Amino acid sequence: MSIDTRNVHGVTILDIQGRITIGEESALIRNTIRGLVKSGQKNLLMNLADVRTVDSTGIGELVSSYSHVADQGGALKLLHLTKRTRELLAITKLLTVFDTFEDESQAVASFA
Amino acid sequence: MSDSEQRETDRQELPGKPAGKEFQKEFEMSFGSNIEFLDLVQEISESITRMAGFDDEASHWICLSVRESVANAIQHGNQQDEGKKVGVRFRIDRRRLLITVSDQGCGFDESSLPDPLDSGNLLKPSGRGVFFVHTFMDDVTYHNLPQGGFEVTMEKRLKHTT
Repeated sequence: MSIDTRNVHGVTILDIQGRITIGEESALIRNTIRGLVKSGQKNLLMNLADVRTVDSTGIGELVSSYSHVADQGGALKLLHLTKRTRELLAITKLLTVFDTFEDESQAVASFA
Repeated sequence: MSDSEQRETDRQELPGKPAGKEFQKEFEMSFGSNIEFLDLVQEISESITRMAGFDDEASHWICLSVRESVANAIQHGNQQDEGKKVGVRFRIDRRRLLITVSDQGCGFDESSLPDPLDSGNLLKPSGRGVFFVHTFMDDVTYHNLPQGGFEVTMEKRLKHTT
């Protein structure tokens, strides 16, 4: 699993590749998000287009990250959900919690 | 005839089934309670679901259910004690895949688990694993073993049987 970050108009986009599952992958998400927030980057957009597998721990990590960023006065939103990730968020009712986007420009603009 | 009676009849009529054997194919493994074995379990699960005849989509969700059950067995059942074993058993017949995951823990009361869909629980970071298993498998049963330990049995029926 890898996470590349880039900044677009004040929004930090995390391009995630691989899977978000129990173990090192979830820990990497947690540490990366907390590190960004600590450095003052609180408008975060997670690009999940290349995430092929998410398990319950991974969903938990997304929720935990969402709460942490919100608690620090920022926002965490999701971009390019795969069909499977969307299904997991739908059945857990988390699509009612997360702002999700299919278009990166629209997603970035939503932070303004 | 009820669905379970039908399945029982089908099992008895399996072509080429060895006498006295309920299932056509069986595979069993046992390993110490280390989360690092999850990827190996995943790879084996993928092979077996394909062998059973499930498509990629069904296979993905079955394998996720196995991962969740094995992770629960390692973390909650055996408390990550590597001296305690987790067992996984796959049984295939013409109509279904039956998977049993066992551990050496004390088990849990399923009715005591919080509902992850309750509005007060939506932002909790844990508590969705058992929910996923119930969502993606057709039948799920949990029970304590007479010799000690706990196991979950999950059944997924092939589409042409429904």
